[in-house]
Amino acid sequence: MGRRLADLFHGRTSLQVGGLLAGPMGWLVILYLGSLVVLLVASFWSVNAVSGELQKTFTTDNYHELLNQSVYKTVAFRTVRIAALATLTDALLAFPIAFYMAKIASPRVKGLLLVAILMPLWSFYLVKVYAWQTMLASGGVIDWALNPIGLNGPGYGSTAVWLVESYLWLPYMILPIYAGLERIPDSMLSASEDLGGKPWTTFRRVVLPLAFPAVVAGSIFTFSLTLGDYITPQLVSPDTQFIGNVIYSNHTNNLPLASAFAVVPIIVMVIYLGIARRLGAFEHL
Amino acid sequence: MRLSPATRNLLRGGVAITLAFIYIPLIVIAIYAFNGGNSLAWPPPSLTTEWFGKAIDNTGARDALWTSIKVGAVATGIALLLGTLASFAVARYRFFGREAISFLVVLPIALPGVVTGVALSNTFTQVLGVDLSLFTVIIGHATFCIVVVYNNVIARLRRVSGNLEEASADLGAHTWQTLRFVTLPNIQTALVAGGLLAFALSFDEIIVTNFTIGAGEQTLPIWIFSNLFRPNNLPIVNVVAVIVVLLSIIPVYFAHRLTREESISARGGGAAAAAEAAVVVN
Amino acid sequence: MSRLRAHPAWMPAGIVVGLAAIMLVIAGCGSSNNNGGSSTEAQKSIGPGEGKLNIICWAGYCEDGTITKGVDWVSPFEQETGCQVNVKIGDTSDQMVDLMRTGQYDGVSASGNATARLVEGGDVAPVNTDLVPNYKTIFPDLKDQPYNTFDGVNYGIPHGRGANLLMWRTDKVSPSPTSWSIILDPNQAKKYSGHISVYDDPIYIADAAMYLKAHQPDLGITDPYELNDDQFNAAVDLLKKQHPYVGDYWSSYLKQINLFTSGDDQVGSTWQYQYFTLLADKVPVAAPGPDTGYVPTEGATGWSDTWMIAKNAKHPNCMYKWMNYVTSAPVQAQIMQWFGEAPAQSTACDPATVETADKALGLPPDPKFCDNYHAADPAFWKRVYFWKTPLADCGDDRGNSCKDYNDWVSAWTEIKG
Repeated sequence: MGRRLADLFHGRTSLQVGGLLAGPMGWLVILYLGSLVVLLVASFWSVNAVSGELQKTFTTDNYHELLNQSVYKTVAFRTVRIAALATLTDALLAFPIAFYMAKIASPRVKGLLLVAILMPLWSFYLVKVYAWQTMLASGGVIDWALNPIGLNGPGYGSTAVWLVESYLWLPYMILPIYAGLERIPDSMLSASEDLGGKPWTTFRRVVLPLAFPAVVAGSIFTFSLTLGDYITPQLVSPDTQFIGNVIYSNHTNNLPLASAFAVVPIIVMVIYLGIARRLGAFEHL
Repeated sequence: MRLSPATRNLLRGGVAITLAFIYIPLIVIAIYAFNGGNSLAWPPPSLTTEWFGKAIDNTGARDALWTSIKVGAVATGIALLLGTLASFAVARYRFFGREAISFLVVLPIALPGVVTGVALSNTFTQVLGVDLSLFTVIIGHATFCIVVVYNNVIARLRRVSGNLEEASADLGAHTWQTLRFVTLPNIQTALVAGGLLAFALSFDEIIVTNFTIGAGEQTLPIWIFSNLFRPNNLPIVNVVAVIVVLLSIIPVYFAHRLTREESISARGGGAAAAAEAAVVVN
Repeated sequence: MSRLRAHPAWMPAGIVVGLAAIMLVIAGCGSSNNNGGSSTEAQKSIGPGEGKLNIICWAGYCEDGTITKGVDWVSPFEQETGCQVNVKIGDTSDQMVDLMRTGQYDGVSASGNATARLVEGGDVAPVNTDLVPNYKTIFPDLKDQPYNTFDGVNYGIPHGRGANLLMWRTDKVSPSPTSWSIILDPNQAKKYSGHISVYDDPIYIADAAMYLKAHQPDLGITDPYELNDDQFNAAVDLLKKQHPYVGDYWSSYLKQINLFTSGDDQVGSTWQYQYFTLLADKVPVAAPGPDTGYVPTEGATGWSDTWMIAKNAKHPNCMYKWMNYVTSAPVQAQIMQWFGEAPAQSTACDPATVETADKALGLPPDPKFCDNYHAADPAFWKRVYFWKTPLADCGDDRGNSCKDYNDWVSAWTEIKG
C-alpha cells in the first residue's frame, strides 16, 4: 500500500507540493485567515444593547464611532507610543550584550551568557509581570531602593507599562541582534581597522548598517507583543486603557466594536511587517 | 576587533546592567516565595518554607499543571506535523506563492495575540457554534506553534541539501524509504528543538488562551492569573513560579545543545536563535 | 534540484480568495444565539439532585472555605444534597452575563443590571417560586420587582440588597467625608489625586447621575439609570473631570483590597465585603456609620440581587435546592453578616438565628444587625438606587429618548480615556 502511494506521488511534483501543503495551508488559511476575515465582517455588524444578540446587518456605525470618539485615537496613539518606546529601549539595552557575546566573549562565556538570557524566557510571562507589580507597589522594592535618595518610584501607570514591556521582550531583541552580529565576519572589522577606522567609526559605519536588519527583526516581536498586550496594563496600570484592554473588555458584549478596533493593530502590524521586509529583516527571522 | 580597555569595560558594564535588569525581578519573586508575612511589603518580615509544601498539596495547581502538559503535548504534536510539512514544501520545491507561505506562517505570531484570540474565539462560538474547551485551546496554541517548528526545520533543510535525497532515490529507495532512512535522521534534532520550543510557547501562553478556554478548565497560567490577587494563595503562586524557572534549566540546556550545531552556520544560527526567541509568550 | 522544480501548478492566491469567500458565507449563516424573550416554562417539580452544580456568585455570597478558613456554608449544602458545588466569582455584571451566555453554568446571583439582559437574551428560565419554600417569608418589598419579574413572570429568588459604600483610609483622609463629593467634586477629588478608587463598570455613571440629582436639581434627574441626552452628558462630563484623579478603576475586589492595604488607594467606592476584610486585617479604614444608614448624604447606588436559573441548566434540581438553601434563615444570617448587606429572608433577623450565625463566623454578637442595615425598612431603600439595565424606553412620559446600555458602555470607554 505504501508503495502504491509512493508511486502515485512519484514524479508528480505538483501533487507532492499539494500534498505537503494541504494540511498546514488548510489550517492556516481556513482557520486562521478565515477567522480574521470573519472578524472583519463582524466589524460591520451591531449588537442589541439588551439581549446581546448580533444584528448581522451591514453598518459602518462602529467605524464612525472609532473615528469620532477621540478616546480611541488617544488609546491607539498611547499604545503605539509605548510600543515604540519599549522597542527603542530594548534595542539600546540589547546591543551591548549582543555585541559582547558575538564579538568579544570567549566561546565558554558566550555559551553561559546565552543560557543566562534564555532561561528567563521559560519563566512565566505572568510571573514576570506580577513581579513588577509587586516591585512597583507603594512601599515595594523600587520605592524602598529610591527613597533613600529622595526619589519615589514611578508607581503604576504608563511609565510602568513601558518598563515592564521593555523587560518582558528584551530577550527577543537580544537574540536576533546577536545572531545578526555573529554573521558579520571578523575580517570585515579588521579590514575597517586596517583602513584607519577607529572603533567608533567602525561601529557606526560597518557594524550598525549590517546589524540593522537584525534589529528590525527583533523589533517586530517587541512592537507586536506590546501593541496587543492587555494583561500587563491591567496589572501595572489599572487606570489607563491600551488597545488590548479596549478590545478585551468589549469583545463579549460588543463584538462588532471590538472587531472594528482590532483592525487597527492589524493594519499597524501589516504596515510594520511590510517595512521590515523591505529592510531585510525577514532574513533574520 | 581591537578595543581599548575603557571601551571593553564599558561594554562589560552594559552587559552587567542588562543581566541585572533581567534577573532582579526573578530574584525578588524567589525571595517572596519564602515570604513569612501576609502582605507584599518589602523587605519580607520573615522567611519560611511552608509554601513549598502547600504548593505541592494544592490540587488546583496540580490539575492546572496536568492540563497545561496535556494541551502542550497535543499542540506541539500538531505543530510538528504541520510545520514540518510546510517547511519541506518551501525548502525543497519552487512554486508560485512560495514566499507568501513564509509570511503566512509567521502571521499568527506577528499579529498581536489579542487579535488572534478574539478572531479564534469568535469563529468557535459564533461561526462554528462549538463550546470553548481544551480542544479550542489546543487549536489556538497549535496555530502559532507552527512557525516555531517551521523555522527550525527549514533552517536545517536549507543546510542539508537535497542531494542526499536525490542520491537515495537514485539508489532505488522509494519516497517513504528515503524519508525514513535519510531525511528524518537529518532533521531530528531540529524537530526536537522545535518541539521543545513549541511546548514552551504553549505552556506559558495566556493571552490567546484567555479567549479560547472553556469556563471550567484551567491551564497553569490561567490558574496563576486567577490566584494573583488572592492573598491566601499568592505565596503558592510565587513557589510555582520559582519551581518552573528552576525546572526550565533542563529544556533550555537541551534546546541549546541541540541548536548549537546550527549556531556554527551563520544562517542557521540566526534562524535557530531567533526561533528560540520566537515568542515563548504571545 | 532541477528534478524538483515544479510547474506553477498551485495558485495559493486563488485558494485564499476562495476559502475566504467560504468563510464569509459560513459567517453569514453562523449559528445564532438563543432567541430572546422566551416563553419557556418554569420547572414543575424538583427531582433528585444531579450531583453537581456550577454557579456564578458575587464575592462573599458562596463561601466554601477556600477564601477564608472556617467561613463555609457551601460544604453543608454539599453534604445535605450531594450536589458538589463549583463556585465562579464574578467581578462585574457584564462578566456574569458573559459567563451565563456560555451556557456552562446552572445559575447566577444576578444584580438588576444583569437580569433584564439575561431574560432578553434568553439565557435564563422563569422560576417556579412554589418549589422554593423559603420564598414565602422573603420580605414583601423584594417580591415582584421590575428587576426580578418580567411581564408578570417571576425569574428569580431574591438574595439580599445593599448600597455601594464610600470607604476611606482614616490615616490618609481627613476630615471624614459625609458626601460623595470627596470623589465626585473635582475640587475635592484633587486632594487625593492618584489615590481614588472607582468601580470599573459603565454602571458607575449612575453614581454620577445620582450625585447630580442632589447637586444640580435643574437637570431634572429622577432615575439615575434613565437619562436623556442632557442628563447623560452631564454625568459623563462629571466623570471625565474625575478621571485625572482616579488611581484605580477596580473590577477585582481582591485587587482593591490589596491597593487599600498598600495605601495606593485612599478613598473610593467599594462593597462591604472589602471593608470588613480590611478591618479584619487591621487596615485603618472607615465608612459612613449606622446613623446615616451607611450611606452618604446624596444616597447611594446599590443592588438587589436575585438568584436566577439558566435556561437549559444541566443541573436544575441542584439549582433549585441551592436557591432554597441560600435563602434559608441560618444561611442568610451568615451571608448577610459576612458580606454586610440586608437579607432577603425576614426570618433571618430572628435574634437567636443571628446569634448562631455570629458564633459560626467567629464574629462578636450583633443583634442590631438587621436594624442597622434597614432589612425591614422599605422607606430607607428609596434612597438607594438599585443597579438596573439602562433602557432606551425611559419608562415615563419621555418615551424612548433615554440612553441604552450600549451608550453607557461606549461612554465608559471614553471616560477612562
